[in-house]
Amino acid sequence: MSEMKKIKNLKEFSTSADRFEGANLLCPGCAHSIIVREVLNATNDDLVLSASTGCLEVCTAVYPYTSWDASWIHIGFENGSTAVAGAEAMHKALKNKGRLKQPERNPKFISFAGDGASYDIGFQWISGCMERGHNIMHVVLDNEVYANTGGQRSSSTPIGGSNTTTPAGRVSYGEKRNKKDMVAIMASHGIPYSAQVAPNKWKDMVKKIQHGMAVDGPVFINAVSPCTTEWKFDPKDTMMLTDLSTDSLVFPLYEIIDGHELNITYRPKNVVPVEEYLAAQGRFKHLFKDEYKYLIKEWQERVDANWAYLNRREEARV
Amino acid sequence: MANTGWDEFEIGAMLRSFDGKIDDIAGTLQEDRKYSPNNSFMASVADWRIEKPIFSKDFCIDCQFCWIYCPDMSIIARDKKMIGVDMDHCKGCGICVEVCPTNPKSLLMFPEQADEEAELAQWPAKDEKEK
Ligand SMILES: Cc1ncc(C[n+]2csc(CCOP(=O)(O)OP(=O)(O)O)c2C)c(N)n1
Ligand code: SF4
Ligand code: SF4
Ligand code: SF4
Ligand SMILES: [Mg+2]
Repeated sequence: MSEMKKIKNLKEFSTSADRFEGANLLCPGCAHSIIVREVLNATNDDLVLSASTGCLEVCTAVYPYTSWDASWIHIGFENGSTAVAGAEAMHKALKNKGRLKQPERNPKFISFAGDGASYDIGFQWISGCMERGHNIMHVVLDNEVYANTGGQRSSSTPIGGSNTTTPAGRVSYGEKRNKKDMVAIMASHGIPYSAQVAPNKWKDMVKKIQHGMAVDGPVFINAVSPCTTEWKFDPKDTMMLTDLSTDSLVFPLYEIIDGHELNITYRPKNVVPVEEYLAAQGRFKHLFKDEYKYLIKEWQERVDANWAYLNRREEARV
Repeated sequence: MANTGWDEFEIGAMLRSFDGKIDDIAGTLQEDRKYSPNNSFMASVADWRIEKPIFSKDFCIDCQFCWIYCPDMSIIARDKKMIGVDMDHCKGCGICVEVCPTNPKSLLMFPEQADEEAELAQWPAKDEKEK
């Protein structure tokens, strides 16, 4: 095990030498990139990375350019997780046979994927990685939509969002099904670490990423990634949206250790009404019409119920 | 390699991030790296901008909020100090201005064609209404 990078405060963190480069083609204000930087800069170890098809992959590997200063692989939409797991298995095999040229180096194996690639299309591949016990980390850039292909709903899309395949209009208020609870699903594989993170809480993020890198076995991370294009807000407001998402408890920050021990890692001092989170995004604009206002109330009730559930689990230590 | 068409290079050809070998990338700052022409670091997205951030160091407290939240690796921090904006990679999103906590702000957005010296000379004063 290599030494953990010391990051006491933001000033110290800012001495990091980025391994993810600018002049990629992500939209101005895209949160994907903020998350990737916080993850990569959490360690000084070598990195073996993958990206599944989606905005991150498409925008950072456009011929003749790469934005990655590390080993990086892209195969398809569904299999970023298994690509990295294959590299990890090979690394382990060579290590066991004493055939590594630099056995003292401890690469970290990380797979980045969107919610479409994780909650839907790569679901069984990720599940396989978790079940087989690979020493990898899978990080979801959760913008709750298939952003790269123009805003189709995924099983991460929340109720009431207007998306190109579930548009709001005269006969519908948009998406009707509730978001899938991936952190819990992944934890139920009995993996050593599963957590939800947000880029505004960089310290919580770094702590969780470093914990995930230190444990032996698969790690699942769900990162909220506000998307200026599909959530419909001004690019300058990405961090404000992230603050609203964590402080309204729509994206509560917590971790699940060994599949059962749940810890809430952030308790907002002032909890913001869910209404404010919804009002800041064009995708929920129609909910403020009189006939749909009941949905805002239901939203608040769902978020309250989930928060109470997380608190009960934390208290019960199960 | 950067000038080779997508259908011209040999099967199995590799595009590298760097020219030559770097043993410790995480310990090597951008200015000390030998980037290959295929690294997007060598490209520019300056023409994406309609507005640009200008940095006035007089009020800056080096909190590094702009550094951590800039999505485009465009806030240059060295030795724990904020020293400027990388105008080749900044897309003009305005996040750095929003997260800057000083009063007056140490970063503000201006039209792309604005003159930096002139804007710095007339930087707004402390806003007394703010808490
Ligand atoms: C098997 C397969 N199906 C569909 C596509 C088309 N496709 C490319 S990117 C994308 C959307 C990705 O969405 P998500 O994983 O949420 O990432 P995001 O772009 O939102 O970051 C889709 C549907 C594909 N490349 N491969
Ligand atoms: S569409 Fe959204 S996720 Fe994709 S690059 Fe733009 S802001 Fe980022
Ligand atoms: S305007 Fe956006 S891209 Fe430019 S330096 Fe500020 S945060 Fe970074
Ligand atoms: S956010 Fe403002 S005060 Fe903080 S380092 Fe950046 S410019 Fe300076
Ligand atoms: Mg998505």
